Amino acid sequence: MIDRRHIGHALPPFTVAVEAGRLRFFAKATGNTDPVYVDEAAARDAGHPQLPVPPTFLFCLEMEQPNPAAMRELLGIDYRRLLHGEQHFRYHAMAYAGDRLRFEPRIADIYDKKGGALEFVRRETRVTHQNGTLVAELTCVTVVRHG
Amino acid sequence: MVEVPRYDDVQVGTELPPLQTDPISRLTLALYCGASGDHNPIHVDTDFARAAGMDDVFAHGMLGMACLARVVTSWVPQQAIRMLGTRFVAITHVGDRITCTGRVVEKLGDRQVRVELEAHDQSGIVKLAGEALVELT
Repeated sequence: MIDRRHIGHALPPFTVAVEAGRLRFFAKATGNTDPVYVDEAAARDAGHPQLPVPPTFLFCLEMEQPNPAAMRELLGIDYRRLLHGEQHFRYHAMAYAGDRLRFEPRIADIYDKKGGALEFVRRETRVTHQNGTLVAELTCVTVVRHG
Repeated sequence: MVEVPRYDDVQVGTELPPLQTDPISRLTLALYCGASGDHNPIHVDTDFARAAGMDDVFAHGMLGMACLARVVTSWVPQQAIRMLGTRFVAITHVGDRITCTGRVVEKLGDRQVRVELEAHDQSGIVKLAGEALVELT
């Protein structure tokens, strides 16, 4: 059982720079041929100052933290037993190539189902722009399979 | 983007243009591994996947969610998306061809609509069950 006293624990905050090259690579990897996501001129024509960060890429940026295993290590989870159960994004402002985004993750809840055979960890992360504007709130539900 | 839909023109039942991926290849998974920064070997290293009790590597759930997001950003500019969420229902295997669909299921106040999103494979098996809140003009 994961120790429930970790509920509410704030994980170390970190800041990530958004790179245009990574955004183009992400577009290629996800089959996104919309020029807004790969071509600066097309992005500007669509009203964006730079290449926009696409909707799910904020989750990828969250993995750029100095220690991506911080939560697993704190909770003592074997990552071979991990599954991504749910992912939610609530958007407040756009983010762009060249931005520096601050991530503040916390463990919002830990609970179990099926008599403890499945445990769930809900992590909530606030993402803010370098000027303090709230960009998005991420919710990630991780499932830990026992047995 | 052809034409941005307007709140008054959108009805419950309005379908978003669907998207279909090429069959998920090992190259796709390797590219997504690097581009996403998710280096979990279960998605790219067959030896590791087998040692972990899987038959083979399988797709990152977030690769499917990126496809769901593209259904929405192909319909409206990204600035219109207020919320995007999904449950990962089943594993996507190498060779699966994923179809992502979206349908307006509710018109809310504040010119927002709730869109139900789904990703399923060539056999109709649901992989992701999601939704989005979109603010229209």
